[in-house]
Amino acid sequence: MGEFGLSCPLPIDQYPTVLLAHGGGGTLMHQLIGKVFRPVFRNPLLDVGHDGALLPAVGHRLAFTTDSFVVRPLFFPGGDIGSLAVHGTVNDLAMCGARPLYLSAGFILEEGLPMETLWRIVQSMGRAAESAGVHLVTGDTKVVERGKGDGVFINTSGVGVIEHDLRIAPQSVRPGDLILLNGDIGRHGIAIMAVREGLSFETTIESDSASLSGLVMDLLKAGVEIHCLRDLTRGGLSSALVEIAETARVQIAIDERSIPIREEVQGACEILGLDPLYVANEGRFVAFVPSAAAERALPILHAHPLGREASVIGIVRKGQAGLVTMTTAIGGSRIVDMLSGEQLPRIC
Amino acid sequence: MKYVSEYRDARKAAHYAKALARVVTHPWTIMEVCGGQTHAIVKYGVDQLLPRQVTLVHGPGCPVCVTPVGLLDAAMEIASRPEVIFCSFGDMLRVPGSARDLLSVKAAGGDLRVVYSPLDAVKLAREHPTREVVFFAVGFETTAPANAMAVYQAHRMGLRNFSLLVAHVLIPPAMEAILAAPGNRVQGFLAPGHVCTVMGSPEYEAIAGRHRVPIVITGFEPLDILQGVFLCVKQLEEGRAEVENQYARSVRREGNREAQQLIREVFRVCPREWRGLGEIPGSGLTLQDQYAAYDAERRFNLARTTGGESPECRSGLVLQGAIKPQECPAFGTRCTPEHPLGAPMVSSEGACAAYYRYRRARGVTGNDQIPKTNDQW
Repeated sequence: MGEFGLSCPLPIDQYPTVLLAHGGGGTLMHQLIGKVFRPVFRNPLLDVGHDGALLPAVGHRLAFTTDSFVVRPLFFPGGDIGSLAVHGTVNDLAMCGARPLYLSAGFILEEGLPMETLWRIVQSMGRAAESAGVHLVTGDTKVVERGKGDGVFINTSGVGVIEHDLRIAPQSVRPGDLILLNGDIGRHGIAIMAVREGLSFETTIESDSASLSGLVMDLLKAGVEIHCLRDLTRGGLSSALVEIAETARVQIAIDERSIPIREEVQGACEILGLDPLYVANEGRFVAFVPSAAAERALPILHAHPLGREASVIGIVRKGQAGLVTMTTAIGGSRIVDMLSGEQLPRIC
Repeated sequence: MKYVSEYRDARKAAHYAKALARVVTHPWTIMEVCGGQTHAIVKYGVDQLLPRQVTLVHGPGCPVCVTPVGLLDAAMEIASRPEVIFCSFGDMLRVPGSARDLLSVKAAGGDLRVVYSPLDAVKLAREHPTREVVFFAVGFETTAPANAMAVYQAHRMGLRNFSLLVAHVLIPPAMEAILAAPGNRVQGFLAPGHVCTVMGSPEYEAIAGRHRVPIVITGFEPLDILQGVFLCVKQLEEGRAEVENQYARSVRREGNREAQQLIREVFRVCPREWRGLGEIPGSGLTLQDQYAAYDAERRFNLARTTGGESPECRSGLVLQGAIKPQECPAFGTRCTPEHPLGAPMVSSEGACAAYYRYRRARGVTGNDQIPKTNDQW
């Protein structure tokens, strides 16, 4: 997106903030779409300017998913609502084993939002989409009255293509499968919390928000036999594992000592009384693979910037369906439960 | 991570477990007083490393758990008023009152804010001079200095729209109540390290002397607790009943004198009702007369109600260490974190919450053999 400058192309002195009319279907809305959205997201399918995007048939199975983003604050260390909205949906497609192709974007803007803020968000989405190799092909904008929103809400939906014969799903998980994690946990949740609560640490904790598509495609291209993938989002590592143990009707055993956690995240969790297993991530996933495949997968993960700290964190057992147990740091054991209630609201 | 990882070291833990097994010859029952210690024990499986003869029972040291229903109902009534900004620690929101909890008051439109420090509530009062800002002051001696500081500062700033709903409780009278209860089986205590950081050890020396009971002031990390249990068992085996300080990296014998002075300036000792335990004389704090204007109960002129506990909830027995959470028939069935009958199921220091979260399943004992490192690949 190099050809676009840092400042907003809409004449700021004329419309420094979003007005209700920017969602009203008239001239202002067309100006907003024409000057802010379309130049950034430019691609042949969007440029047609139709009511919807006409997608070519691809002759494979497709994956389709949707996600909404209401994170507060809109900008945080390591990301913003725009990049998050792209990564979130791209990652859901990647977890289906699909190569992400197309996204839609629905914006709900609050009257009074600075146009410059919207411009920064849209540019960030454009950059994230480009680096994830996905096209934003259709969209929608609505404006709600001041006080009826919180700046910007974004919904993205995505379509991806499945170019292999694996059945990547919880139902494919088998006893004996090893569980791989691509890196340290808890950074997104703590980054948001630190900004929101005005906590400052010696080093700024940055969100791990990232597109996981490239990493998953590397595994698939190498022919690694993957049984299941799951990205760790709001409920953290614990919820992802419990969900899979329940759906696959297996028991999961993990080892606390094998789970990477950055020192600053650990420190923040100690201070705030949070358990890193429950803290949100936006660029982390677990892969369930047969043990022979784990041997092949690890070097591939380690070779990718998002998988350098990848490790085996656990194993699938027959045992009691839905149960996740953990060997603790001191060698005791406990169960790992799903998050009850909210550890932290509106983090994505 | 410094000051954390060295206290969660599996090899050192095993070493302490062995040392403990060497000194123990009799069965002993030890109570860890503080809910923070209970959570560490259950979360890390500290009790699984202990010799069979040593039983840990969990104490009443969860301030949220012992806050009486009547006071919770008062909190909800205040929080429902349109002029009020009600500030609380997050823990308190899901604790059931007689009919509802604070979260449902928030959902119904109450202006309820979760704060990390009572001084944040003072700041809110300054920023919103037309609103009444009330802070729910729950806690033991550990949180009393900060809450006292909030009142002290509000007074110095001349803030007229700030008040405290005081639910402060004190540890030593509760320990004595447990020792005096018929059928008591507690033979030694792990005393709460952070309460003692503020108050020091003299009060505990008095209890150890009066009741011939060993007390080890103990920290909150797994190795702290193992060492605390070791010291306590050693005293029991040797027939000693003294106060020992395992948590010397934080606790001085005299405590924190400035903090104590601030507590005395703002609060005075009063009788207090404990949820599940009943009234214990001299076990609470209330505002001194010169700070009475900051007392929310007085400001909102509330008639305190009593009762409203679920008849099925056995939290009183759990809080005295008489039963373990799973021995309650409602545990995990009619009482869960989503539908709690009593406070210990939802407080972050509650024993029922710890067991529900970390122990609910049968047969969680084994050390599963997981391929540990990547280097084998």
